[in-house]
Amino acid sequence: MLDAIDRKLIAATQAGLPLVAEPYRALAGRLGLDEAEIVSRLGRLLEDGAIRRIGAIPNHYALGTTANGMSVWDIADELVADIGARVGALDFVTHCYERPRHLPLWPYNLFAMVHGRSRDEVRAKVAEIAVLVGPAARAHEVLFSTRILKKTGLRIAA
Amino acid sequence: MRSLDPTEKAIINGLQGGFPLTQRPYRDAGAKLGLSEGEMIEEIGHLIAGGQLSRFGPLWNAEALGGAVCLAAIAVPRERFDEVAELVNAHPEIAHNYERDHALNMWFVVSTDAPERIDQVIAEIERETGLRVRAMPKTREFFVGFRVEV
Repeated sequence: MLDAIDRKLIAATQAGLPLVAEPYRALAGRLGLDEAEIVSRLGRLLEDGAIRRIGAIPNHYALGTTANGMSVWDIADELVADIGARVGALDFVTHCYERPRHLPLWPYNLFAMVHGRSRDEVRAKVAEIAVLVGPAARAHEVLFSTRILKKTGLRIAA
Repeated sequence: MRSLDPTEKAIINGLQGGFPLTQRPYRDAGAKLGLSEGEMIEEIGHLIAGGQLSRFGPLWNAEALGGAVCLAAIAVPRERFDEVAELVNAHPEIAHNYERDHALNMWFVVSTDAPERIDQVIAEIERETGLRVRAMPKTREFFVGFRVEV
């Protein structure tokens, strides 16, 4: 669980790390902590998964990866853990989750988000997933977003 | 969109994770890319100013921070689409909402501080729209190896 200092650290780094030679020291100064504590907390938060990673966070749209396709797969329940792990490991899959089916309208239980420069590129990547998954996929589809109706950033209260 | 120079590409492709937790992390990360500490700081600053990077630092996991997130979808009759979008978007708990090409044509993310609020927000949307909301909470998350390649 996060404590009050972790939450201060989140608030202080949501916009990024200071672009100075000793960024952890700069953060420490701002939060009234010492540098070693900042570093050990960041290390622990990484280990716990509260931080997914530290580094460059690309803006997909500015880099031209504007097509996003939600590929969805109907995989036998007993195979989904193994297949999901293999699909998630592909370097073009940005999110990979198991979710409940809603039969009969929605038979799909594995979701893999694929980004690319064009819909054709996304379709080609989905075809690669289909090859990897093989006959374990009883059906699949790719849903493209046709309009963004709302998009707000993640907001974390300090 | 301007093209990226080799240094910018090296930073974007090489630094999407694993930034060192050391006293001089820009120096240490730069050493692997053949860049000086000063070049690293300057180039990252340019990539942020130019919009190629949203930011440089930790990518926080919203759920690990105690909040709850749930994907949900509605099959909205075509003629009611805009009206329903307005009703859904009016909820501050809706972070993202996308139109997608499927019978389930409206897909949105409900994001709340308290996990029990998720079901309440979904029930409110069902009441307001008269449409069934299909909740699709993740039951398992798989590790992703994704990196943007430029």
